Amino acid sequence: MNRAPLIFLGIFFALAFSWTGIVLVNQISYGDLTPVYDENDGIAYPQALPGIAQQGRLVYQDLGCVYCHTQQVRRPGFGADIERGWGERQSVARDYIREPRVFLGSMRTGPDLRNVGTRYVDTPTSKAGSEWHHRHLYDPQITSPGSNMPPFKFLYETRKIVGEPSVNAITHLLPEQYQPEAGYEVVPTKRAESLVAYLLSLKDTYAYPETNNVYVEPAPEETKAAGQKEESK
Amino acid sequence: MANPSSLAASLSPEASPDLVKRAELSEIDASTKAPAIFLLGSSVLWLLLGTVFALIASFKMHSPNFLGDYEWLTFGRIRTAHLNAVVYGWSVNASFAVAIWLMARLARGVLRHTGLLFTATVFWNLGVTIGIAGILLGDSTSIEWLEFPPYATPLLFVAYALIGAWAIITFRFGKSNHIYVSQWYILAALFWFPWLYSVAQIMMIFSPARGTVQSLVNWWFAHNVLGLWFTPIGLAAVYYFLPKVLGKPIHSYYLSVLGFWSLAIFYNWAGVHHLIGGPVPVWVQSAGIAASFMMVVPVVVTAINHHMTMVGSFGALKTSPTLRFIVFGAVSYTLASLQGSSMALRSWNEVTHFTHYTVGHSHLGMYAFFTMVMFGAIYYILPRILLKEWPSAPLISVHFWTTAVGVIFYVVAISVGGLKQGFEMNNADIPFIETVKNTIIYLELRSYAGVLMTVGHIAFAVNFTWMLAKRRKAGATAPTLFRTGPEIELEASAR
Ligand code: HEC
Repeated sequence: MNRAPLIFLGIFFALAFSWTGIVLVNQISYGDLTPVYDENDGIAYPQALPGIAQQGRLVYQDLGCVYCHTQQVRRPGFGADIERGWGERQSVARDYIREPRVFLGSMRTGPDLRNVGTRYVDTPTSKAGSEWHHRHLYDPQITSPGSNMPPFKFLYETRKIVGEPSVNAITHLLPEQYQPEAGYEVVPTKRAESLVAYLLSLKDTYAYPETNNVYVEPAPEETKAAGQKEESK
Repeated sequence: MANPSSLAASLSPEASPDLVKRAELSEIDASTKAPAIFLLGSSVLWLLLGTVFALIASFKMHSPNFLGDYEWLTFGRIRTAHLNAVVYGWSVNASFAVAIWLMARLARGVLRHTGLLFTATVFWNLGVTIGIAGILLGDSTSIEWLEFPPYATPLLFVAYALIGAWAIITFRFGKSNHIYVSQWYILAALFWFPWLYSVAQIMMIFSPARGTVQSLVNWWFAHNVLGLWFTPIGLAAVYYFLPKVLGKPIHSYYLSVLGFWSLAIFYNWAGVHHLIGGPVPVWVQSAGIAASFMMVVPVVVTAINHHMTMVGSFGALKTSPTLRFIVFGAVSYTLASLQGSSMALRSWNEVTHFTHYTVGHSHLGMYAFFTMVMFGAIYYILPRILLKEWPSAPLISVHFWTTAVGVIFYVVAISVGGLKQGFEMNNADIPFIETVKNTIIYLELRSYAGVLMTVGHIAFAVNFTWMLAKRRKAGATAPTLFRTGPEIELEASAR
């Protein structure tokens, strides 16, 4: 008896089942999710990344940061994401709709970065956020001794000072043992600048209609955890 | 080379009435020779390269400044190169060789026009090479399991289509009219993979879906490569070699059918468990959890079937290296799968997700199960297509013991470290950096385990090369067995 056709049909329908259920149904049901237009701000959220951050996203992609960092905050009560100050609310599907490639990630060797833009911040008067990132990327041991995040020194150029020192140089931010020879300076490459711009831009602070149900007032412990976070910086 | 079939027949240890049939089998084996040797040779090279990548990545995890100044060796790239080298280089090449060889034997079909098939296998390896180079140079897509840059994948797809078509043609035009359970698995895998791969490529890279639909497609693909490609190929090999080496039929035909269909139905929904707690609809997550849990059915059924086949024959483990690797793999399959089901449960997932524990789990599956089964299969197949003995029995022992002890040590170390990491990460009173420091010792232990496994891979590669190079000696055709089992493919209605 030749049962090959029957077996083949079974094989076909087995996969067709999940292809329909996981891929097709979801593509139809939320594959065309749109931004929410906020009348008060006159802005559609989520906002698109500025151009330089888009470049940085590609650096993030090519260096494989995604293998150690997630970009998804789990709901309160499921893990300690909120308590650790990784976000004010759970991440929702709408947060990602502007991203050409979604970096949810599956590994937390390092902290979640979905809202890292709220933790290290540049203000009009201070570049504290970028400076922290540059020192950290140059060698994580500078800011976070004991970290196993790799150094990204190769995103920086050590070059001879010709004329005036560069305004972008980060030489003054580096500790003693990282100082270049006299007459040299350490300057971020374009890739380093754009990566930092990307990191500064990462934040989901807007509350969508659907996040109102999942958002929970911060528990009292959170302030404590956040305080520790400040110290560890 | 003299007519291989007559040569093999005259050397057959069993001068039996089966002689004619054995001659036919030898002819079939001989027809697979060129592509199979090329595939196996490349797979061994990729295994070595993948192991080097793995060691570098592993060392970097506890000593981040190790080779820290080279951009192309940065953790995010070398780890990715490792995964792709061992998955698409080693594992897929080995799967192709084993699947084609099994298919030809079981269908009793001589492989024809091997020139074209050979070309396809060359293209596959070219595609993998381009892909890995692309990753190291910074063109990775950073989509897990689909990192190859878009300029490598069309080549892979065409090569795959040709190789798959060959196996199916061999099946279609073979003389056997019985379809053994191994063939079910191989046919299904050959059909499932291109579907998964093409949907994933289109919806992730060529015309990306919006938002986290991408993530669903990603894990639908990535988990199904394991479940609907590697698992069926691995199980096909177990279902073939276990009874073959033991010389007795598989315990229950009905259990093997039940195992097959329950796997086909449940496994392909399970991938969503990688997104539990993530920004995708909760009902899909729940469906994924349910399916993951239902995987207990095919796994237990298969485990019972394999175990009942083994019962009473454990002595054979001493004499057959093939059997040793295969049994180790089969047991690991059961453990890895049951562990996988448990990891999908929400309460346990909350701890283990995002930790090194998952890395331990994937090595239990892809290494302790799949890779060990492939080793066993290669120990059986190569002597039959080359008509030579393995040159060194001690090297086989070294290979088995270092990889077996190594992978157990690996999985235990990284799992303990991962659990510690998971529990600590969920306790916001412990600063994050402390949780990182507390994993370092386990990551170091993992590196030592990796070194041990590397020793095994070198022993294997030396034996393999030596085997290809050495001359054929008359007088031995069944080197990896002391007893020749009934030919599954020759019994009219093998059960
Ligand atoms: C080997 C794993 C690993 C890789 C790869 C990695 N990181 Fe990290 N990352 C860590 C760890 C561990 C920490 C926590 C300790 C620290 O601050 O260094 C961290 C912390 C961070 C932080 C600080 C987060 C916070 O809340 O304090 C940022 C930002 C960051 N990483 C960005 C990146 C970027 C960008 C890349 C890719 C270019 C990257 N990381 C690659 C492991 C990694």
